[in-house]
Amino acid sequence: MAKILMKGNEAVAEAAIRSGCRLYFAYPITPQSELIEYMAKMMPKVGGTFLQAESEVAAINMVYGAAGAGKRVMTSSSSPGISLKQEGISYIAGAELPAVIVNVQRGGPGLGDIQPAQADYFQAVKGGGHGDYHLIVLAPNSVQEFADMASDAFDLADKYRNPVMILSDGMLGQMMEPVEFKPAKTQEEINTLGEQHTAWCICPNADGDAKHHHEINSLELDPSVLEKHVNHMYEKYAVVEKNEVRCETYNVSDDNEVLCVAWGSASRIVKSAINELKKEGKSVGLIRPITLWPYPYEAIVKAIGPKVRQVYVFELNTGQMLDDVKIAVEGRVPVKFWGKVGGIVFTPAEIQEKLEACF
Amino acid sequence: MEVIARRPETLTKTPFTYCPGCLHGVAHRLIAEAIEENGLINQMAGVAPVGCSVFAYKFFNFDMAEAAHGRAPAVATGMKRARPDMHVFTYQGDGDLAAIGTAEIVHAANRGEKLSVFFVNNAIYGMTGGQMAPTTLPDMKTTTSPYGRNVEDIGYPIRMCELLSTLVAPYYVERVSLLSPAEIIKAKKAVGKAIQYNRENRGFTFIEFVSTCPTNWGIDPVKSRDWARDNMLPFFKVGCFRDKGEENVQGVEK
Repeated sequence: MAKILMKGNEAVAEAAIRSGCRLYFAYPITPQSELIEYMAKMMPKVGGTFLQAESEVAAINMVYGAAGAGKRVMTSSSSPGISLKQEGISYIAGAELPAVIVNVQRGGPGLGDIQPAQADYFQAVKGGGHGDYHLIVLAPNSVQEFADMASDAFDLADKYRNPVMILSDGMLGQMMEPVEFKPAKTQEEINTLGEQHTAWCICPNADGDAKHHHEINSLELDPSVLEKHVNHMYEKYAVVEKNEVRCETYNVSDDNEVLCVAWGSASRIVKSAINELKKEGKSVGLIRPITLWPYPYEAIVKAIGPKVRQVYVFELNTGQMLDDVKIAVEGRVPVKFWGKVGGIVFTPAEIQEKLEACF
Repeated sequence: MEVIARRPETLTKTPFTYCPGCLHGVAHRLIAEAIEENGLINQMAGVAPVGCSVFAYKFFNFDMAEAAHGRAPAVATGMKRARPDMHVFTYQGDGDLAAIGTAEIVHAANRGEKLSVFFVNNAIYGMTGGQMAPTTLPDMKTTTSPYGRNVEDIGYPIRMCELLSTLVAPYYVERVSLLSPAEIIKAKKAVGKAIQYNRENRGFTFIEFVSTCPTNWGIDPVKSRDWARDNMLPFFKVGCFRDKGEENVQGVEK
């Protein structure tokens, strides 16, 4: 299939529909507007449900209901709206429901601004809602990857019965790049997807079958039963950590004197700086976590070559993923951080300058 | 032997967890009977609230979801949109529906979601220990209005049937009471109509039950019903506010 020039927000929406998503509930917010507008335009054409909810809170609870009915469902928002969704996200995780949530991050805290930022790392990776749970968090760094992650997100959500977040930002959402889509799922494939959860989900009794009584629920007042449930979730998370860690290594070699760690949009800028330094004969490697949870701790350790004297973390925040890098490095080499906030995106020249100072 | 009374198939064998004299059991039974009488047990799904009826998902014998506080109409919207071949209802109390979930109920009603909403109004928060509800009566004492509800400070009780009847979309809105056998028989008719309309996918149906809370009111069950009759019914008048399936009903738009 030919490549199409598209905004990230539109590409992820199109890819979600192609992945069999036929239910989408959301509330307008910048900079994810193209996503909700694309869904409004396209869902009716494929016989799907587009519903503009009265609030982010309502939207995520509609997702809870539709996911409880076993169907592929998605919502999207930007940072302040994702904060409002946290209650529902906790319930979705607690009830073990598959769902996909897209966050097109903007600057914060509070209303912040509408420029790209990476300040929701803690919220996405370290909790956000109440209680012990994890989201599987995917972080794209191109429009193509943003789109590809839609189908990955639905597959992971279905496989582990857990909410999956695609943690994008205003830059990836707004910019246009060529994107090639996977073939759309056929109606037959979508029907099969809709029936894969009938052992537990809200669904009618088939004629002649024994009547079922499925409960979509996260309430358990008996502490020993709730303890078992949370432990069960963490056994599931251990499997996710074993099987689903993804990261990209860029220019990593035994010659590296500095190892960078960066994710999402920030990683593209770091790559440009690394390419410039290469021309000067300065060897810098990059680890780009693609899954932010589970986190590629081992890949970072492995990438610390014999000559590496500095690990450098660059983010569009004040140092959030930095904590995870420090956990991985365990003091083997010094870890430094530099970032920009307020919706300001750093330039390759700025990164280059920071890295040159390490040589 | 002739069976003259039995548990409807639409209720599980799980014993209710309600206080003596509580009318939740009556409301559950009316809904369960209507679902059975409409032959919907295989296509029915319900959403339980947060509140005393939080365990409603254990009592109804078909698929049930437990919603976050106030969010039942949004959860039910998602369920019905995902499975339009099913029939969905929510069961909610006054704190759940008329306080924390006000936005969700108003907008589900305004969209005309093809749901039934059963709203139990007993003018108090039961499960958390008798706090003031949005439907607590003026001067009524609760644990968070220990000197009586001061309407100058906190406003008047919200009348949900009246509020929802200002919207165009709702198909059927009726307030009934559960205070005597005769009233329960009237309530049964209203519940039956709501479930029938639900079966026929006609639109949004809303039944409010005026009920009691003997435990948190601190009044014995029989006297509670008298208290509700004397104090609640003058403020929360029973009657049909909207019925698009019938003519000449109060509140039907012209």
